[in-house]
Amino acid sequence: MIVFEKPKALTDVPLHYCPGCTHGIVHRLVAEVIDELGIEGKTIGVAPVGCSVMAYDYFACDMVEAAHGRAPAVATGIKRADPENHIVFTYQGDGDLASIGTAETVHAAARNENITIIFINNAIYGMTGGQMAPTSLPGQVTQTSPYGRDVKACGFPIRVCEMLATLDGPEYLERVAVNNVKNVKAAKKAIRKAFQNQVEGKGFSLVEVISSCPTNWGMTPQKALEWIDEKMIPHYPLGVYKDRSAAKED
Amino acid sequence: MTNEYLIAGFGGQGLLFAGKFLVNKGMMEGKEVSWLPSYGPEMRGGTANCSVIISDDPVGSPIVSKPNVLMVMNLPSLDKYENDVKAGGKIFVDSSLIERKVQRTDVEAFYVPATQMASDAGLTGLANMILAGKILKELGEFEDEEAVAASLKKVVSVKHPEMYEKNLTALKMGRDY
Amino acid sequence: MAEKVLMKGNEAIAEAAIEAGCRHYFGYPITPQTEVAAYMSKRMPKIGGTFLQAESEIAAINMVYGVASTGKRVMTSSSSPGISLKAEGLSYLAGADLPALVVNVQRGGPGLGGIQPSQSDYFQATKGGGHGDYRMIVLAPASVQEMADLTMKGFDLADKYRMTAMILADGTMGQMMEPVEIKKPENQDFDKSWAVTGTKGQRAHNIVNSLFLSPEVLEKTNFERYERYAMIEENEAMAERYMMDDAEICVVAFGIAARVAKNAIVEARKSGIKVGLIRPITLWPFPKKELARAAESCHSFLSVELSMGQMIEDIRLAIDCKRPVALCNRAGGIIPSPEEVYAKIAELAKNGGCDK
Repeated sequence: MIVFEKPKALTDVPLHYCPGCTHGIVHRLVAEVIDELGIEGKTIGVAPVGCSVMAYDYFACDMVEAAHGRAPAVATGIKRADPENHIVFTYQGDGDLASIGTAETVHAAARNENITIIFINNAIYGMTGGQMAPTSLPGQVTQTSPYGRDVKACGFPIRVCEMLATLDGPEYLERVAVNNVKNVKAAKKAIRKAFQNQVEGKGFSLVEVISSCPTNWGMTPQKALEWIDEKMIPHYPLGVYKDRSAAKED
Repeated sequence: MTNEYLIAGFGGQGLLFAGKFLVNKGMMEGKEVSWLPSYGPEMRGGTANCSVIISDDPVGSPIVSKPNVLMVMNLPSLDKYENDVKAGGKIFVDSSLIERKVQRTDVEAFYVPATQMASDAGLTGLANMILAGKILKELGEFEDEEAVAASLKKVVSVKHPEMYEKNLTALKMGRDY
Repeated sequence: MAEKVLMKGNEAIAEAAIEAGCRHYFGYPITPQTEVAAYMSKRMPKIGGTFLQAESEIAAINMVYGVASTGKRVMTSSSSPGISLKAEGLSYLAGADLPALVVNVQRGGPGLGGIQPSQSDYFQATKGGGHGDYRMIVLAPASVQEMADLTMKGFDLADKYRMTAMILADGTMGQMMEPVEIKKPENQDFDKSWAVTGTKGQRAHNIVNSLFLSPEVLEKTNFERYERYAMIEENEAMAERYMMDDAEICVVAFGIAARVAKNAIVEARKSGIKVGLIRPITLWPFPKKELARAAESCHSFLSVELSMGQMIEDIRLAIDCKRPVALCNRAGGIIPSPEEVYAKIAELAKNGGCDK
């Protein structure tokens, strides 16, 4: 009896992520959902620039690598090319989605573009070696905020779900975390809903996943998961920020 | 044979439409044609103009810098372009809007109080076509009335078919002035 | 033969694109090309296509990248400052070997510049604009008919060679109206097996990508791409020859400048000056052979441009600097008059090839 196997929507290419990084968990959750919904054959994923830049090698569905921040625009093109037959998701980090690609994110949401966005928020630029991100916490020490993020000089972190929830466009916005079993299960449920929404034609669905970056946070993987509970979640509360269809049913 | 028209005045006087009518007529008669508007801020109320070329030979530059037919519907345009007209050319002046006369003696000048005529006839906004009718007449191109009507039909918006009769009336008023 | 209709150049581009099977247009408003977007916004919804006014030029070109990834015909149009913004996307399209059509109805620059016609994006179009080693096929229409014809050809070339084709027009070409016949496209089959359309469980996944972290692999993709470029240079260069048979002076001009130059040449011929015109229709590939041939019989060349002199460098390269090349140019949105071009031609005729 098989009790555990790799989702079919993942290839056999070994992941390049650092030990303790939670990208692997989120990749797996996305792949499981694709398997469960039976949509691999029509799914096209868009990889960002950042740590998950090579996600195109890991997902077994068709994949496109986008320029930094442009994944929602690229996904818009792919979706519009064949709305009936393309299931399109982007997988983006905080620098990609909330800094250089803010306009693309906001406007795809405003259009209620029928795509699914998986947004990894780990409060740091991982790929380039730990610089301050648009989501870095006040006081957080990074390579480019060596004395701690000074909000007077660099402004405040952006809460993406809360910001997008002010728009009429988006269908579904939820923030989840992947630092313990309970949270991982909730994350999968949210990711599944974000894909299901697209299948049903409901529109723009974004799941923000609070993730860890032990390497650039300078912590052990275990400590990094604790830091999510202690620092990240208090600043970025988990929960559903918008669920238009559910609101209508109530 | 090449006719180079410069049609100039304020934006909103129907200069581009008059040009479009002329160029369409040329095309329907099998001539080589081009139509080039000025574009930019002047479209929004300032001085506008339109270059039209109708020729037996392929059109080179579509920019009319030395017209042999100048149609002007405001004073700044007459001031600006009078000296550009080729010797022996024709200048058509809306005399209800421009008080002064053409200074040059080596060109033919025609004065039509087109804006006043249009207003009197309940055809406000069609002074452009009254002048166009006069131009066709003086160039000897109004003999075939059916050809004029047919080319007009092509350029009048399908959304406003009633404008066809009004435009045709204006053209004839110009011819008969 | 279909009936000729009067159309603006910008509209002719849009209609020809639709006729060529393009059903996806993404753009952002900018003068003087807005008619393309306006036309598309009217037509696309009626034929089951997509018109989307993007939030920025950058988003628009990346939407183009998205559709191009799926193998469907797609286009965007803009004017000079907007093309600068799209430069990132142009580099990525090249790096991922995606076919697309991009229209630049040029205006004067640099910076916000002006809105009057210009050809000062010649370098940007033919030498790069975006980062990295890459080329675009650059087509330079000189009539409304060519705006339509080269749009269709651009789509075919883009599909054939998996790269961006750019229509490099100017404000005059976009705004002017001439009779045009929108021809039927040639039926051609292009291999799109690389496209992302969903695996349907029947093949390994396709990846559209421009990232190659291994220098050896990246070098190889560049060399292979340049083999393709070499093939294009060999086979696709196009130029019009006008009164060149006995010409001693060769004027080189494209787009609106070529139209003006023709007027000047007709006048110069009347004065007995043996002058002709080579009008590059493709700016990349540049019609080098045609120019090299002209260098054997002409004593001098004259580049007529709406810029500070950009194409003139390619002319000198094409003829290995064997003959003097003079420049007749206006910039900032001003078009040289036929008289100015004539004066320059007369000067060259008098000096018999000596510029000074």
